[in-house]
Amino acid sequence: MTSIGTGYDLSVSTYSPDGRVFQVEYAQKAVDNSGTAIGLRVKGGVVLAVEKIKHSRLLVPNSNKRIMTAGKHIGVASAGWMSDTRHLVKRTRDEAHNYHDIYKTNAPAKIIAERMGMYVQAYTLYSAVRPFGVSTILACIDEDGPQLYMIEPSGQYVGYRGCAAGKGKQAAKTEIEKLNLEELTVREAVKEAARIIYAAHDDAKDKLFELELSWICEESNNLHTHVPQAVLEEAIEYAEKALNEDDDEMEDDEE
Amino acid sequence: MTTLKPGEVNLGTTIMAVKFDGGVVIAADSRTSTGTYVANRVTDKLTKVEERIYCCRSGSAADTQAVADIVKYHLDLYTSQHDEMPTVKVAASLFQEICYQNKNNLSAWIIVAGWDKQTGGDVFEIPIGGSLHRPEFAIAGSGSSYISGFCDKSYRPGMSKEECIEFAKNAVGLAITRDGSSGGVIRLAVITKDGVERQVVYGNELPTQYTG
Repeated sequence: MTSIGTGYDLSVSTYSPDGRVFQVEYAQKAVDNSGTAIGLRVKGGVVLAVEKIKHSRLLVPNSNKRIMTAGKHIGVASAGWMSDTRHLVKRTRDEAHNYHDIYKTNAPAKIIAERMGMYVQAYTLYSAVRPFGVSTILACIDEDGPQLYMIEPSGQYVGYRGCAAGKGKQAAKTEIEKLNLEELTVREAVKEAARIIYAAHDDAKDKLFELELSWICEESNNLHTHVPQAVLEEAIEYAEKALNEDDDEMEDDEE
Repeated sequence: MTTLKPGEVNLGTTIMAVKFDGGVVIAADSRTSTGTYVANRVTDKLTKVEERIYCCRSGSAADTQAVADIVKYHLDLYTSQHDEMPTVKVAASLFQEICYQNKNNLSAWIIVAGWDKQTGGDVFEIPIGGSLHRPEFAIAGSGSSYISGFCDKSYRPGMSKEECIEFAKNAVGLAITRDGSSGGVIRLAVITKDGVERQVVYGNELPTQYTG
Protein backbone atom coordinates (compact mmCIF):
# COMPACT_ATOMS: atom_id res chain seq x y z
CA MET A 1 0.00 0.00 0.00
CA THR A 2 2.65 2.48 -1.05
CA SER A 3 1.58 6.01 -1.85
CA ILE A 4 3.76 8.46 -3.71
CA GLY A 5 3.96 11.86 -2.04
CA THR A 6 4.82 13.70 -5.23
CA GLY A 7 6.44 16.81 -3.90
CA TYR A 8 4.92 16.77 -0.41
CA ASP A 9 7.26 14.08 0.78
CA LEU A 10 10.59 15.81 0.40
CA SER A 11 10.87 17.02 3.96
CA VAL A 12 9.34 16.13 7.28
CA SER A 13 8.36 19.75 7.85
CA THR A 14 5.82 19.59 5.02
CA TYR A 15 2.20 18.49 5.24
CA SER A 16 0.43 17.06 2.21
CA PRO A 17 -2.91 18.56 1.21
CA ASP A 18 -4.70 15.62 2.80
CA GLY A 19 -2.98 16.26 6.12
CA ARG A 20 -0.25 13.61 6.06
CA VAL A 21 3.44 13.92 6.80
CA PHE A 22 4.91 11.47 4.33
CA GLN A 23 8.41 11.35 5.76
CA VAL A 24 7.02 9.97 9.02
CA GLU A 25 5.04 7.38 7.07
CA TYR A 26 8.17 6.42 5.16
CA ALA A 27 10.00 6.05 8.47
CA GLN A 28 7.29 3.61 9.48
CA LYS A 29 8.07 1.65 6.31
CA ALA A 30 11.68 1.32 7.45
CA VAL A 31 10.37 -0.22 10.65
CA ASP A 32 8.14 -2.59 8.73
CA ASN A 33 11.15 -3.89 6.83
CA SER A 34 12.95 -5.04 9.94
CA GLY A 35 12.78 -8.26 11.96
CA THR A 36 9.77 -8.65 14.24
CA ALA A 37 9.87 -7.45 17.82
CA ILE A 38 7.13 -8.17 20.35
CA GLY A 39 6.31 -7.35 23.95
CA LEU A 40 3.95 -9.16 26.32
CA ARG A 41 2.74 -7.77 29.63
CA VAL A 42 1.46 -10.31 32.10
CA LYS A 43 0.63 -10.14 35.77
CA GLY A 44 4.07 -11.13 37.01
CA GLY A 45 6.20 -9.09 34.62
CA VAL A 46 7.00 -8.15 31.04
CA VAL A 47 8.63 -10.20 28.29
CA LEU A 48 10.36 -8.85 25.18
CA ALA A 49 11.27 -10.98 22.17
CA VAL A 50 13.00 -10.13 18.91
CA GLU A 51 13.47 -12.01 15.64
CA LYS A 52 17.09 -11.14 14.97
CA ILE A 53 17.58 -11.71 11.26
CA LYS A 54 21.16 -12.75 10.58
CA HIS A 55 22.61 -11.52 7.34
CA SER A 56 25.63 -13.76 7.47
CA ARG A 57 26.66 -17.11 8.91
CA LEU A 58 29.86 -15.42 10.05
CA LEU A 59 28.06 -13.42 12.74
CA VAL A 60 28.97 -14.41 16.27
CA PRO A 61 25.93 -15.90 18.04
CA ASN A 62 24.40 -13.68 20.73
CA SER A 63 26.18 -10.61 19.42
CA ASN A 64 24.50 -7.51 17.99
CA LYS A 65 21.78 -7.50 20.56
CA ARG A 66 18.55 -5.80 19.65
CA ILE A 67 17.19 -5.71 23.16
CA MET A 68 18.89 -3.08 25.31
CA THR A 69 18.68 -1.99 28.92
CA ALA A 70 18.11 1.67 29.67
CA GLY A 71 18.17 1.92 33.42
CA LYS A 72 18.12 -1.30 35.44
CA HIS A 73 14.34 -1.56 35.54
CA ILE A 74 13.79 -0.56 31.90
CA GLY A 75 14.10 -2.79 28.83
CA VAL A 76 13.91 -1.64 25.22
CA ALA A 77 13.35 -3.85 22.18
CA SER A 78 13.16 -2.31 18.76
CA ALA A 79 12.29 -2.82 15.14
CA GLY A 80 13.92 -0.65 12.53
CA TRP A 81 17.31 0.99 12.23
CA MET A 82 19.54 -0.32 15.02
CA SER A 83 21.75 2.75 14.82
CA ASP A 84 18.73 4.95 15.51
CA THR A 85 17.76 2.67 18.37
CA ARG A 86 21.16 3.00 20.01
CA HIS A 87 20.88 6.78 19.85
CA LEU A 88 17.39 6.72 21.32
CA VAL A 89 18.36 4.31 24.09
CA LYS A 90 21.34 6.47 25.01
CA ARG A 91 18.98 9.39 25.38
CA THR A 92 16.57 7.25 27.41
CA ARG A 93 19.40 6.24 29.74
CA ASP A 94 20.26 9.89 30.27
CA GLU A 95 16.64 10.77 30.95
CA ALA A 96 16.21 7.91 33.43
CA HIS A 97 19.46 8.86 35.13
CA ASN A 98 18.56 12.55 35.33
CA TYR A 99 15.18 11.73 36.80
CA HIS A 100 16.83 9.68 39.50
CA ASP A 101 19.34 12.45 40.22
CA ILE A 102 16.57 14.91 40.97
CA TYR A 103 13.84 12.79 42.53
CA LYS A 104 16.03 10.06 44.06
CA THR A 105 13.59 7.45 42.86
CA ASN A 106 13.21 5.34 39.71
CA ALA A 107 11.38 6.98 36.84
CA PRO A 108 7.93 5.48 36.31
CA ALA A 109 7.24 3.88 32.92
CA LYS A 110 4.80 6.54 31.79
CA ILE A 111 7.42 9.22 32.32
CA ILE A 112 10.08 7.29 30.39
CA ALA A 113 7.62 6.64 27.58
CA GLU A 114 6.68 10.31 27.52
CA ARG A 115 10.30 11.45 27.42
CA MET A 116 11.06 9.03 24.57
CA GLY A 117 7.93 10.05 22.70
CA MET A 118 8.72 13.74 23.05
CA TYR A 119 12.28 13.17 21.85
CA VAL A 120 11.22 11.14 18.82
CA GLN A 121 8.53 13.70 17.99
CA ALA A 122 11.08 16.51 18.00
CA TYR A 123 12.75 14.88 15.02
CA THR A 124 9.51 15.20 13.04
CA LEU A 125 9.51 18.99 13.24
CA TYR A 126 12.60 20.07 11.32
CA SER A 127 13.67 19.54 7.75
CA ALA A 128 17.29 19.47 8.85
CA VAL A 129 16.89 16.06 10.47
CA ARG A 130 15.09 12.86 9.57
CA PRO A 131 12.61 11.04 11.78
CA PHE A 132 13.73 7.99 13.77
CA GLY A 133 13.26 4.84 11.72
CA VAL A 134 12.40 2.74 14.76
CA SER A 135 9.46 1.55 16.77
CA THR A 136 10.67 0.93 20.28
CA ILE A 137 8.93 -1.38 22.69
CA LEU A 138 9.47 -0.29 26.26
CA ALA A 139 9.18 -2.71 29.18
CA CYS A 140 9.29 -1.53 32.75
CA ILE A 141 8.15 -2.47 36.24
CA ASP A 142 7.26 0.49 38.43
CA GLU A 143 5.01 1.24 41.42
CA ASP A 144 1.95 0.51 39.29
CA GLY A 145 3.23 -2.92 38.28
CA PRO A 146 4.47 -4.23 34.92
CA GLN A 147 4.16 -1.74 32.08
CA LEU A 148 4.52 -2.00 28.30
CA TYR A 149 4.64 0.91 25.85
CA MET A 150 5.42 1.24 22.16
CA ILE A 151 6.87 4.46 20.73
CA GLU A 152 6.46 4.93 16.98
CA PRO A 153 8.45 7.10 14.55
CA SER A 154 5.82 9.81 14.77
CA GLY A 155 6.52 10.15 18.47
CA GLN A 156 3.18 8.68 19.42
CA TYR A 157 3.34 6.31 22.34
CA VAL A 158 0.64 4.03 23.65
CA GLY A 159 0.45 1.59 26.55
CA TYR A 160 -0.19 -2.03 25.62
CA ARG A 161 -0.78 -5.41 27.12
CA GLY A 162 0.77 -6.94 24.00
CA CYS A 163 2.34 -5.29 20.98
CA ALA A 164 4.39 -6.08 17.88
CA ALA A 165 6.47 -4.21 15.32
CA GLY A 166 8.45 -5.16 12.23
CA LYS A 167 7.79 -7.31 9.21
CA GLY A 168 5.88 -10.05 11.01
CA LYS A 169 3.75 -7.72 13.12
CA GLN A 170 0.41 -8.67 11.60
CA ALA A 171 0.97 -12.38 12.13
CA ALA A 172 2.36 -11.68 15.60
CA LYS A 173 -0.57 -9.47 16.61
CA THR A 174 -3.04 -12.16 15.55
CA GLU A 175 -1.24 -14.67 17.75
CA ILE A 176 -0.93 -12.25 20.67
CA GLU A 177 -4.65 -11.52 20.60
CA LYS A 178 -5.35 -15.22 21.06
CA LEU A 179 -3.38 -15.29 24.31
CA ASN A 180 -5.00 -14.83 27.70
CA LEU A 181 -2.48 -12.31 28.96
CA GLU A 182 -4.31 -11.78 32.25
CA GLU A 183 -3.74 -15.38 33.30
CA LEU A 184 -0.31 -16.24 31.89
CA THR A 185 2.68 -16.52 34.16
CA VAL A 186 5.98 -14.96 33.09
CA ARG A 187 7.47 -18.38 32.38
CA GLU A 188 4.55 -19.23 30.12
CA ALA A 189 4.74 -15.82 28.45
CA VAL A 190 8.40 -16.40 27.64
CA LYS A 191 7.53 -19.62 25.83
CA GLU A 192 4.58 -18.03 24.03
CA ALA A 193 6.72 -15.08 22.96
CA ALA A 194 9.25 -17.47 21.46
CA ARG A 195 6.50 -19.42 19.71
CA ILE A 196 5.03 -16.24 18.25
CA ILE A 197 8.38 -15.04 16.93
CA TYR A 198 8.98 -18.41 15.30
CA ALA A 199 5.45 -18.39 13.88
CA ALA A 200 5.77 -14.86 12.52
CA HIS A 201 9.13 -15.62 10.95
CA ASP A 202 8.93 -16.08 7.22
CA ASP A 203 11.52 -18.61 6.10
CA ALA A 204 11.08 -17.62 2.49
CA LYS A 205 12.22 -14.07 3.15
CA ASP A 206 15.14 -14.64 5.54
CA LYS A 207 16.58 -18.05 6.24
CA LEU A 208 18.86 -17.30 9.18
CA PHE A 209 17.55 -15.78 12.36
CA GLU A 210 18.25 -15.84 16.05
CA LEU A 211 15.72 -15.43 18.85
CA GLU A 212 16.48 -12.84 21.52
CA LEU A 213 14.42 -12.96 24.72
CA SER A 214 14.42 -10.74 27.77
CA TRP A 215 12.24 -10.21 30.81
CA ILE A 216 11.54 -8.13 33.90
CA CYS A 217 9.91 -10.13 36.67
CA GLU A 218 10.28 -11.33 40.21
CA GLU A 219 12.67 -14.03 39.09
CA SER A 220 14.98 -11.38 37.66
CA ASN A 221 14.62 -9.28 40.84
CA ASN A 222 12.58 -6.74 38.89
CA LEU A 223 15.64 -5.95 36.80
CA HIS A 224 15.67 -6.12 33.02
CA THR A 225 17.88 -8.97 31.85
CA HIS A 226 18.10 -11.39 28.96
CA VAL A 227 16.53 -14.66 30.04
CA PRO A 228 18.89 -17.31 31.43
CA GLN A 229 20.30 -19.75 28.87
CA ALA A 230 18.20 -22.65 30.20
CA VAL A 231 14.98 -20.65 29.89
CA LEU A 232 15.95 -19.57 26.38
CA GLU A 233 16.62 -23.12 25.28
CA GLU A 234 13.35 -24.33 26.78
CA ALA A 235 11.49 -21.57 24.96
CA ILE A 236 13.16 -22.34 21.63
CA GLU A 237 12.34 -26.02 22.04
CA TYR A 238 8.70 -25.15 22.73
CA ALA A 239 8.59 -22.83 19.74
CA GLU A 240 10.15 -25.31 17.35
CA LYS A 241 7.82 -28.06 18.53
CA ALA A 242 4.77 -25.84 18.03
CA LEU A 243 6.02 -24.96 14.55
CA ASN A 244 6.54 -28.62 13.65
CA GLU A 245 3.09 -29.52 14.93
CA ASP A 246 1.63 -26.88 12.65
CA ASP A 247 3.63 -28.29 9.75
CA ASP A 248 2.41 -31.79 10.60
CA GLU A 249 -1.18 -30.56 10.61
CA MET A 250 -0.66 -29.01 7.20
CA GLU A 251 0.73 -32.27 5.83
CA ASP A 252 -2.34 -34.11 7.04
CA ASP A 253 -4.61 -31.64 5.28
CA GLU A 254 -2.81 -32.09 2.01
CA GLU A 255 -3.48 -35.79 2.08
CA MET B 1 25.45 26.59 64.36
CA THR B 2 23.74 29.47 62.58
CA THR B 3 25.61 31.59 60.08
CA LEU B 4 23.04 34.32 59.66
CA LYS B 5 23.98 37.68 58.27
CA PRO B 6 23.87 40.61 60.73
CA GLY B 7 20.30 41.72 61.14
CA GLU B 8 18.94 38.68 59.30
CA VAL B 9 15.74 37.23 60.70
CA ASN B 10 16.22 33.96 62.58
CA LEU B 11 13.65 31.23 62.85
CA GLY B 12 15.22 30.23 66.20
CA THR B 13 12.59 27.63 66.68
CA THR B 14 11.46 24.32 67.89
CA ILE B 15 9.92 22.11 65.22
CA MET B 16 9.01 18.44 65.18
CA ALA B 17 7.22 15.75 63.26
CA VAL B 18 5.99 12.33 64.42
CA LYS B 19 4.80 9.46 62.24
CA PHE B 20 1.78 7.33 63.16
CA ASP B 21 -0.14 4.67 61.29
CA GLY B 22 -2.14 6.66 58.79
CA GLY B 23 -0.31 9.98 58.84
CA VAL B 24 1.93 12.41 60.65
CA VAL B 25 1.65 15.05 63.36
CA ILE B 26 3.79 18.14 62.84
CA ALA B 27 4.32 20.91 65.36
CA ALA B 28 6.19 24.19 65.69
CA ASP B 29 6.50 27.22 67.96
CA SER B 30 5.68 30.65 66.53
CA ARG B 31 8.61 32.94 67.35
CA THR B 32 10.74 34.73 64.73
CA SER B 33 13.58 36.73 66.25
CA THR B 34 16.15 39.29 65.08
CA GLY B 35 18.61 39.18 67.94
CA THR B 36 16.55 39.76 71.07
CA TYR B 37 13.65 41.44 69.26
CA VAL B 38 10.74 39.14 68.46
CA ALA B 39 9.92 40.15 64.91
CA ASN B 40 6.85 37.92 64.70
CA ARG B 41 5.25 36.19 67.72
CA VAL B 42 2.59 34.36 65.70
CA THR B 43 4.69 32.94 62.86
CA ASP B 44 3.45 29.95 60.86
CA LYS B 45 6.48 27.72 60.39
CA LEU B 46 4.43 24.83 59.01
CA THR B 47 4.45 25.47 55.30
CA LYS B 48 2.45 23.57 52.71
CA VAL B 49 4.38 22.41 49.65
CA GLU B 50 1.70 20.04 48.39
CA GLU B 51 -1.80 19.02 49.43
CA ARG B 52 -0.56 16.36 51.84
CA ILE B 53 3.10 17.40 52.23
CA TYR B 54 4.31 20.07 54.65
CA CYS B 55 7.70 21.31 55.71
CA CYS B 56 8.69 22.62 59.12
CA ARG B 57 11.16 25.47 58.76
CA SER B 58 14.00 26.48 61.07
CA GLY B 59 17.17 28.51 60.54
CA SER B 60 17.08 31.59 58.36
CA ALA B 61 13.50 32.67 57.66
CA ALA B 62 14.46 34.05 54.24
CA ASP B 63 16.41 30.96 53.19
CA THR B 64 13.75 28.49 54.25
CA GLN B 65 10.95 30.48 52.64
CA ALA B 66 12.88 30.66 49.39
CA VAL B 67 13.71 26.95 49.36
CA ALA B 68 10.13 25.99 50.22
CA ASP B 69 8.81 28.17 47.39
CA ILE B 70 11.12 26.49 44.88
CA VAL B 71 10.18 23.01 46.08
CA LYS B 72 6.50 23.94 45.94
CA TYR B 73 6.97 24.99 42.30
CA HIS B 74 8.72 21.73 41.43
CA LEU B 75 6.08 19.61 43.15
CA ASP B 76 3.36 21.46 41.28
CA LEU B 77 5.13 20.64 38.03
CA TYR B 78 5.58 17.03 39.16
CA THR B 79 1.86 16.66 39.83
CA SER B 80 1.01 18.01 36.36
CA GLN B 81 3.55 15.83 34.58
CA HIS B 82 2.89 12.61 36.46
CA ASP B 83 -0.86 13.09 36.81
CA GLU B 84 -0.53 11.95 40.40
CA MET B 85 0.61 13.33 43.75
CA PRO B 86 4.31 13.13 44.59
CA THR B 87 5.45 11.05 47.53
CA VAL B 88 6.91 12.66 50.64
CA LYS B 89 10.21 11.05 49.64
CA VAL B 90 10.22 12.95 46.34
CA ALA B 91 9.53 16.23 48.15
CA ALA B 92 12.29 15.54 50.66
CA SER B 93 14.70 14.64 47.82
CA LEU B 94 13.99 17.99 46.18
CA PHE B 95 14.61 19.82 49.46
CA GLN B 96 17.84 17.91 49.86
CA GLU B 97 19.04 18.69 46.36
CA ILE B 98 18.64 22.41 46.94
CA CYS B 99 20.02 22.43 50.48
CA TYR B 100 23.05 20.36 49.55
CA GLN B 101 23.97 22.08 46.29
CA ASN B 102 23.69 25.49 47.97
CA LYS B 103 25.06 24.49 51.33
CA ASN B 104 27.54 27.39 51.46
CA ASN B 105 24.84 29.99 51.01
CA LEU B 106 22.01 28.57 53.06
CA SER B 107 21.17 28.30 56.72
CA ALA B 108 18.27 25.87 56.79
CA TRP B 109 17.30 22.97 59.06
CA ILE B 110 14.10 21.54 57.61
CA ILE B 111 11.72 18.72 58.47
CA VAL B 112 9.57 17.38 55.62
CA ALA B 113 6.52 15.37 56.61
CA GLY B 114 3.22 14.29 55.12
CA TRP B 115 1.09 11.48 53.80
CA ASP B 116 1.25 9.69 50.47
CA LYS B 117 -0.58 6.72 48.97
CA GLN B 118 2.54 4.58 48.70
CA THR B 119 3.92 4.79 52.23
CA GLY B 120 1.23 6.39 54.37
CA GLY B 121 2.76 8.80 56.88
CA ASP B 122 6.42 9.71 56.32
CA VAL B 123 8.95 11.97 58.05
CA PHE B 124 12.29 13.24 56.71
CA GLU B 125 14.89 15.55 58.25
CA ILE B 126 17.40 17.72 56.39
CA PRO B 127 19.92 19.30 58.78
CA ILE B 128 22.39 22.07 57.90
CA GLY B 129 24.70 20.74 55.18
CA GLY B 130 21.98 18.99 53.23
CA SER B 131 22.02 15.37 54.35
CA LEU B 132 18.77 13.42 54.21
CA HIS B 133 17.47 11.32 57.09
CA ARG B 134 14.33 9.28 57.53
CA PRO B 135 13.56 8.84 61.23
CA GLU B 136 10.27 7.77 62.87
CA PHE B 137 10.10 11.19 64.50
CA ALA B 138 12.25 14.28 64.05
CA ILE B 139 13.02 17.35 66.15
CA ALA B 140 14.91 20.37 64.91
CA GLY B 141 15.69 24.01 65.58
CA SER B 142 17.54 25.68 68.45
CA GLY B 143 14.95 24.49 70.98
CA SER B 144 15.33 20.84 69.99
CA SER B 145 18.55 20.39 71.95
CA TYR B 146 16.64 20.92 75.22
CA ILE B 147 14.11 18.17 74.51
CA SER B 148 16.26 15.40 72.98
CA GLY B 149 16.28 13.48 76.24
CA PHE B 150 12.57 13.99 76.84
CA CYS B 151 11.71 12.84 73.31
CA ASP B 152 13.97 9.80 73.38
CA LYS B 153 12.41 8.73 76.67
CA SER B 154 8.80 9.47 75.78
CA TYR B 155 8.60 8.16 72.24
CA ARG B 156 7.19 4.69 71.72
CA PRO B 157 6.75 3.09 68.29
CA GLY B 158 3.13 2.49 67.31
CA MET B 159 1.62 5.47 69.11
CA SER B 160 -1.87 6.51 68.10
CA LYS B 161 -2.73 9.85 66.52
CA GLU B 162 -3.90 11.27 69.87
CA GLU B 163 -0.77 10.05 71.67
CA CYS B 164 1.42 11.67 69.00
CA ILE B 165 -0.42 14.98 69.41
CA GLU B 166 0.13 14.88 73.19
CA PHE B 167 3.77 13.94 72.65
CA ALA B 168 4.29 16.89 70.27
CA LYS B 169 2.48 19.38 72.52
CA ASN B 170 4.52 18.31 75.53
CA ALA B 171 7.83 18.39 73.68
CA VAL B 172 7.41 21.76 71.97
CA GLY B 173 5.96 23.21 75.18
CA LEU B 174 9.03 22.17 77.17
CA ALA B 175 11.38 23.56 74.50
CA ILE B 176 9.57 26.90 74.49
CA THR B 177 10.03 27.10 78.25
CA ARG B 178 13.83 26.72 78.05
CA ASP B 179 14.80 28.14 74.63
CA GLY B 180 14.79 31.93 74.33
CA SER B 181 14.52 31.72 70.55
CA SER B 182 11.32 29.64 70.77
CA GLY B 183 8.02 30.98 72.03
CA GLY B 184 4.53 32.18 71.30
CA VAL B 185 1.92 29.54 70.49
CA ILE B 186 2.27 25.94 69.43
CA ARG B 187 1.01 25.30 65.94
CA LEU B 188 0.04 21.72 65.15
CA ALA B 189 -1.09 19.98 61.98
CA VAL B 190 -2.28 16.42 61.53
CA ILE B 191 -1.87 15.12 57.97
CA THR B 192 -3.73 12.00 56.86
CA LYS B 193 -5.25 10.72 53.64
CA ASP B 194 -8.41 12.60 54.55
CA GLY B 195 -6.75 16.00 54.78
CA VAL B 196 -4.89 18.39 57.04
CA GLU B 197 -6.32 19.43 60.43
CA ARG B 198 -4.59 22.46 61.90
CA GLN B 199 -4.74 23.55 65.51
CA VAL B 200 -3.23 26.21 67.76
CA VAL B 201 -2.32 25.63 71.40
CA TYR B 202 -2.07 28.80 73.47
CA GLY B 203 0.17 29.29 76.49
CA ASN B 204 -2.65 28.74 78.97
CA GLU B 205 -3.58 25.41 77.37
CA LEU B 206 -0.14 23.83 77.61
CA PRO B 207 0.32 20.48 79.36
CA THR B 208 1.52 20.99 82.92
CA GLN B 209 5.21 21.60 83.53
CA TYR B 210 7.21 22.15 86.67
CA THR B 211 7.87 25.85 86.96
CA GLY B 212 9.36 26.08 90.45
